[in-house]
Amino acid sequence: MSTTETLAAPPQAPAAPARPSYARAFWGLMLRDARLLRRDLFSFVVRTIMNPLFFVFIFTDIMPKIGQNFSGVGAANFATILVPGLVAIAILFQGIMAVAMPLSIELSGTHEIEDRLMAPLPIAWTAFEKIFFSVFQSILAALVVFPMVYFIPATPVHVQVASWWLLAVVIVLSSFTAGALGLTIGTLVKPQQIGMIFAVVVTPIIFLGCVYYPWALLGRVKWLQIATLANPLVYVSEGLRAALTPAVPHMPAWAFLAALVLSAAGFSWWGIAGFRRRVIN
Amino acid sequence: MPQAAIEVENLVKRYAGPGGGVLAVDGVNLRVAQGELFGLLGPNGAGKSTTIGVCTTRVRPTSGRIRVGGVDVAAEPPRARAGMGVVTQFRALDRGATAWENLYFHCRYFGWPAAASRRRADELLAQFQLADRRDATPEAFSGGMAQRLQIARAVAHRPRVLFLDEPTAGLDPQSRMAVWDLVRGLRAEGMTVLLTTHYIEEAERLCDQVAIVDHGKILVCDTPARLKQSTGAGAVARVSVEQTGAELEARLRALPGVTEVEPTAEGYRLLAHAREGLAPAVAAAAQGFGLRDFSLHEPSLETIFIHLTGRELRE
Repeated sequence: MSTTETLAAPPQAPAAPARPSYARAFWGLMLRDARLLRRDLFSFVVRTIMNPLFFVFIFTDIMPKIGQNFSGVGAANFATILVPGLVAIAILFQGIMAVAMPLSIELSGTHEIEDRLMAPLPIAWTAFEKIFFSVFQSILAALVVFPMVYFIPATPVHVQVASWWLLAVVIVLSSFTAGALGLTIGTLVKPQQIGMIFAVVVTPIIFLGCVYYPWALLGRVKWLQIATLANPLVYVSEGLRAALTPAVPHMPAWAFLAALVLSAAGFSWWGIAGFRRRVIN
Repeated sequence: MPQAAIEVENLVKRYAGPGGGVLAVDGVNLRVAQGELFGLLGPNGAGKSTTIGVCTTRVRPTSGRIRVGGVDVAAEPPRARAGMGVVTQFRALDRGATAWENLYFHCRYFGWPAAASRRRADELLAQFQLADRRDATPEAFSGGMAQRLQIARAVAHRPRVLFLDEPTAGLDPQSRMAVWDLVRGLRAEGMTVLLTTHYIEEAERLCDQVAIVDHGKILVCDTPARLKQSTGAGAVARVSVEQTGAELEARLRALPGVTEVEPTAEGYRLLAHAREGLAPAVAAAAQGFGLRDFSLHEPSLETIFIHLTGRELRE
């Protein structure tokens, strides 16, 4: 080492450090995540669009052309039913793809998160930053998926935003739920269990998430209609259905809003507690 | 008494688990003065990393009072973290980020503005001889480079206290020397350093003060020179024989200048006042017992460790 004169603080400064600014540390964590997302934008877009792209292509473009049509609900065709559902999947699964999987690996294997854990802010804030940043990722995912589900179908899609406020609130609450769910799963699951999680958690969440059918129609299978109420994706789908395609039957606003607030708060609490347990002995 | 950089009083840490859990740290007291390079030397599982974990807010103490830079680490973890730099045992660099970004964002976490963080990252890359790796991600780094970057990142926000947990474990000898030079350089500027190691040489050659730790307790704590003198031995001899036994042990014990005889796997270890005349005396005493090997050493911290625990430090 040739020049080391500026590495450390001078020894004659023994004063205890001042209380650090949590907000600035939080902002630093956000900047770091934003930089990495920007670098990774291509794979972010690819993993976000593949599933809805093929889904709408096959079910709303090819199937009608080859005479295999789904009927839809009332005046709304299947393509219209799918719009809120596929956007809902995009939002919720950002939480798992962008929070749970990387976090699980960082906590158990690479320890990459160590430096951020030593940042001068409470551990709960560091955990919350994960949720907060993923809100933006979920919104971005929704924006990427929406044009695909709107423009690709061969049959016309009827989207009608009755209240932009409702739409905004649903998207933000859904994104919080997604991030918090991701944090919870990421702190509970070991990297080698991720495949298992996809099989036993992700698959039922998607198929029982009122993505491909409105919740109201499940009334004909009552037990299933009640069972699906435990699935957070149901409220995301139904909330978006109410905001984007109000002509299709949907849950009342009070119901999905209350459920989304409760899921976001509950999973945040659970996820942050799990995070603390994982990083502090 | 001036305020110490690190004060650990009666630290106890018991990890929860079956059968009352594991007592990892059992009443440790430490006082590290400003600007001191302090080493915790002990075998794996002695409680060194747990002690550092508590000091760095990552392990909650079962009891005891710990202050780093005058801040109670249990009461105010974020404020304590603001004044410390930490290099953990894990090579835990941010892999998605470049070397430069690892340093830049670290500064941002500590509240530094963008321009100052950029300058600091550039400056550190130059000082730690990583400037040509500025835009590489750490995945491609050798162990030595990764460790240099970790140390650079730990000191990036100009902490007053630096914690290094096994800083040279797994490094090749050349990289180890490079890390030692870095640590000496930091100390020369007044940085207080607490490191853990299970390398005798590292503790002896690098540290101002060494605490020998075993089973969660500090057995002894002093400068390496005084620790080595504390056995009273001027020389250590290793004797390997085909046949051990009470008779040979008694003979060795009776040799002039020999203060201690301890059985080992191959024979005996002798502590003696001086090396003068020891070799022929041992050779004569071991006549008829199949003397295989004899070696003479300076007393080292290993000698004191064996003296205190009856075991060798090596895993």
